[in-house]
Amino acid sequence: MKSDKVLIDDNGKRLDGRGFDELRNIKIEAGVLHRADGSCYLEWGGNKVLVAVYGPREAIPRHTQNSLRAIVNARYNMAAFSVEDRKRPGPDRRSKEISKVISEALEKIVLTEQFPRSSIDVNIEVLDAEAGTRCAGLTAAGVALADAGIPMKDIPVACAAGKIAGKVVLDLGKEEDNFGDADLPIAISPRTNEILLLQMDGHLTVDEFNQALDYAINGCHKVSEIQKKAILDKYQIKKEE
Amino acid sequence: MTIVPVIKRDYICNLAKQGKRIDGRKFDEYRKIIIETNIVNKAEGSARVKIGNTQVLAGIKMDVGEPYSDTPESGVLTTAAELIPLASPTFESGPPQEDAIELARVVDRGVRESQVIELDKLCIVPKEKVWIIFLDIHILDYDGNLFDAASLSALAALMTSKIPIQRMKPILENLKEKFPNIEKYLNDHPEDYPLPLKEPPISCTSVKFDNFVVMDPSLDEEEIANARLTVATDTNGDIRAMQKGLNGSFTREEIQKVIKASLDNGREIRKQLSENTGY
Repeated sequence: MKSDKVLIDDNGKRLDGRGFDELRNIKIEAGVLHRADGSCYLEWGGNKVLVAVYGPREAIPRHTQNSLRAIVNARYNMAAFSVEDRKRPGPDRRSKEISKVISEALEKIVLTEQFPRSSIDVNIEVLDAEAGTRCAGLTAAGVALADAGIPMKDIPVACAAGKIAGKVVLDLGKEEDNFGDADLPIAISPRTNEILLLQMDGHLTVDEFNQALDYAINGCHKVSEIQKKAILDKYQIKKEE
Repeated sequence: MTIVPVIKRDYICNLAKQGKRIDGRKFDEYRKIIIETNIVNKAEGSARVKIGNTQVLAGIKMDVGEPYSDTPESGVLTTAAELIPLASPTFESGPPQEDAIELARVVDRGVRESQVIELDKLCIVPKEKVWIIFLDIHILDYDGNLFDAASLSALAALMTSKIPIQRMKPILENLKEKFPNIEKYLNDHPEDYPLPLKEPPISCTSVKFDNFVVMDPSLDEEEIANARLTVATDTNGDIRAMQKGLNGSFTREEIQKVIKASLDNGREIRKQLSENTGY
């Protein structure tokens, strides 16, 4: 979308004062729900996301079962009040697509062969939305899966890069997403840098794409550290005071 | 509904015979209540209520729309509840089931019939444009007593809501040509302003198993209960709404006891609600 909106000022700062390769503020808390087997609350800029993991448990209905491995069933859902104009409750085409790509990304990382015929249900609730909810959701899902004690090869992590006002930048904010030129959300396994999820919309040259991918991978590694800290905070044995 | 093993039922009943509950509470005692408001930036008002381990989030969105033809000068309230699968291993995704609809309707009645929201003050142009209020209730963690948690979160969210004049200004300006009255409305209300509300009744829920009646049931207690009673009371100590549920029964004496306990707890909860919302 073309606009006269100034996304980068004369000092090379973005609308919220960030530099090109700076993330928004991220806060992660593991194990916040009582009923769920694993859970995570995450704030990423203005995004607020809550994830609950249930399972492994018998996959229902039966025909969804795989006799060789578990299925990972992510369900991305936005609260009616999480967006500017109220969203009608229930899944729409957008949330179904996001659920699918997140499920596929997580299936690669979970040791699904250990749990034949079961499902691992990952419920992602977006409570407050402000650009980048799928990355926030997947990142929180990684922590919630770890909190649930699900065996995984790694803790998956997601981050987006994009292009605004002709420049490649990390982690697009609300206006940058609306008036920018391109958005590239990815998820990786930070140990191996394998790419688990990749989507792009907009317009990038090959060089710009490579730069954006570098930015996003670096961003993922930074977020990964915050994820690990959240899990340590929950499970580390605290010294007696 | 999960099956509570017979052992657990015996355990709860045996404790009850000694006058105790599984979490050490008295029969008429609530779990700890925590009310946090304004936690969703995109919403016009929001509140998260925790009663023990039960967690509910209510959010308010508002829009300009048309009134019902039988109440042409009143705003419109729409309530929906979602028992999202995040909250419990027994909740499934899909369209709202019976339980979610009952919950939304009970909360809606509590707000609507007691006239907490002064809907007649939400008119912009009579017969044409009024404020539509969407109250959405999200269950985040289910450990019993959703009725009280949902009602309380709805009230706290409403009490901290602002009518979004600034956000809706472009839309209102556009409507000005067709409805010149909007000019006056905008002059009278240049800024966001709090939703006009009256003192709300507070609802308290009790359940009965064997011959024991306990307030604010946890999930374990709810699962073995055969009767439920919700009583909403107001500041004068009067009763404003009641709802009995499940296929058991209460005696007259039990009901009077429940009313007394609901009045006492209602008073405490109202005090906390007004402290936490500043209303």
